[in-house]
Amino acid sequence: MILVVVEHDRGTMSPASWEALAAARKLGETHALTIGEAADGLVEEIGAFGATTVHQVHDNLLVDYGPELWGEVVAQAVTALNPTMVLTTGTDRGNEVMAHAAAILDLPMVANVVEFGDGGLVRVRWGGSLLERCTLEAPTHLVTIAHHAFAADESPTSATVTQLSVQLDPTLGRTVVRDRVERAAGVTLATAPVVVSGGRGVGSADGFAPLQELATALAGVVGCSRAVTNLGWRNHTDQVGQTGTRIAPDIYIACGISGAIQHWVGAMASKKILAINTDPEANMVTKADYAVIGDLHQVVPAITAEVRRRRG
Amino acid sequence: MRILVCVKRVPAPGARINIAADGQAIDTAFLGFTMSPHEECAVEEAVQLVEKHGGEATVLTLGPAEADEQLRYAASLGVANAVLLPITGPDWDPQRTAAAIAAAIAELEAADGVFDLILFGNESADSGGFQVGVRVAHALARPIVNGIKGIEVQGDVLVARREADVGVEVYEIPLPAVLGVKEGINLPRYPTLKGRLASKKVAVAQVVPDAEPGGQKMVTLMPAAEQVSATVILGTGPEAAAAVVDMLEEIGVLK
Repeated sequence: MILVVVEHDRGTMSPASWEALAAARKLGETHALTIGEAADGLVEEIGAFGATTVHQVHDNLLVDYGPELWGEVVAQAVTALNPTMVLTTGTDRGNEVMAHAAAILDLPMVANVVEFGDGGLVRVRWGGSLLERCTLEAPTHLVTIAHHAFAADESPTSATVTQLSVQLDPTLGRTVVRDRVERAAGVTLATAPVVVSGGRGVGSADGFAPLQELATALAGVVGCSRAVTNLGWRNHTDQVGQTGTRIAPDIYIACGISGAIQHWVGAMASKKILAINTDPEANMVTKADYAVIGDLHQVVPAITAEVRRRRG
Repeated sequence: MRILVCVKRVPAPGARINIAADGQAIDTAFLGFTMSPHEECAVEEAVQLVEKHGGEATVLTLGPAEADEQLRYAASLGVANAVLLPITGPDWDPQRTAAAIAAAIAELEAADGVFDLILFGNESADSGGFQVGVRVAHALARPIVNGIKGIEVQGDVLVARREADVGVEVYEIPLPAVLGVKEGINLPRYPTLKGRLASKKVAVAQVVPDAEPGGQKMVTLMPAAEQVSATVILGTGPEAAAAVVDMLEEIGVLK
């Protein structure tokens, strides 16, 4: 049996969990584990992806997310249910919870798997630019899956619900979320349909003004490369890449960005990419769907003007 | 505060990574090295916390003898002490790495007292296992939260912030504690000439690591499938604007 740890925030399931459930179902009989009463309403949504049993865990310590408590619950579920594999999302929370469970159980853990094969698991390294095939020597395989690596195919079943009892040390409440600062409404870099991004080629912090104008004209947001945040021209929250934000807009307009691999892995999920660069051999240009060869300082304002002209 | 920062020597971001012929390692012949980006920020954070609250910072790495370079870089930024856990041959797996680091920390703490705060990068830039810091925290029976982008020390409690889909999560964690930090928590400084000169004189302590291999075995490294794109050149210079906007209309971005 494969046990999927359902990632949810106060009862809202993450889309990455759909992928985890769908990936697990293709490997064998799948059960789901939901942590906290807030997740009780997810049974139907979990069943839609083919899990046959939902193990619910209730405890008054489990009102909000806490990595130590969640890891402890997963570890106890492994001991109680003896799954062959525990699978969850390769997200901040998923990787964190699985690492806690792995530490408690003293079992190996493989993060960000993209393929389950006969020769072992294939996982991503370097944020996705390199792959590693590895094997696991363990009674239970602890695995997280890379985001977008598996399709969230539905396969509706009606899942049976059972309760799993756990014993939790109240001390572990020391790492529960204490407070939240809700994000201001509006598009974010991660969700924007259009991202206009600049690299070292923009030349200065002020040089981003024309990029902002184009982004505004297209109802998008401004992004940047790591070189730019390291130079102090933009805040890190604008950074696209392995150590910044991974984006998936309808179009990514990369201006003066050479396209180092760590930047590329943050942008590669974009539906279309337009590179604007003086160097026709730049990685960003050769990997893009579309390119304009030229100086972004001239090209970007010209595009903004043309957008405004057609909109009247 | 006594702060420990754990770092890893990795090829410099931006470099093209080629795999050695045997598939067991990357070809390092033409690569520059650095510490993982998240860890550069962890070092900066440690230096800032010491500047604010007093005490001293120590940097530790498990890696090849050449990782001396990364330890001295941290020292050039203001970290007082450096510890190398030297290994030869391929990278150790995450379980083995964590066990060796936890044992070394126990040894350092037995000699000089408990570290109030131990910082890791959220994940290493190269292998990205997302677990060494968590395993070390468990071995030391201390709390850990990953993904941290803001730290404030209030007496014996840490207020730590992390970004989530819905906004910012705030944690209040009792010290001593361990945190995994992410790039963006600060903007790392560059070393001064004085710092660089001083770092040459820092004595790098060695702790010989000793731990059993864990259960994850690498079989081979493989290149990720390259995205092959026949790039459509829409034009040269500002004259290309009309073609760009045609394309934006075609893909439905501009209605």
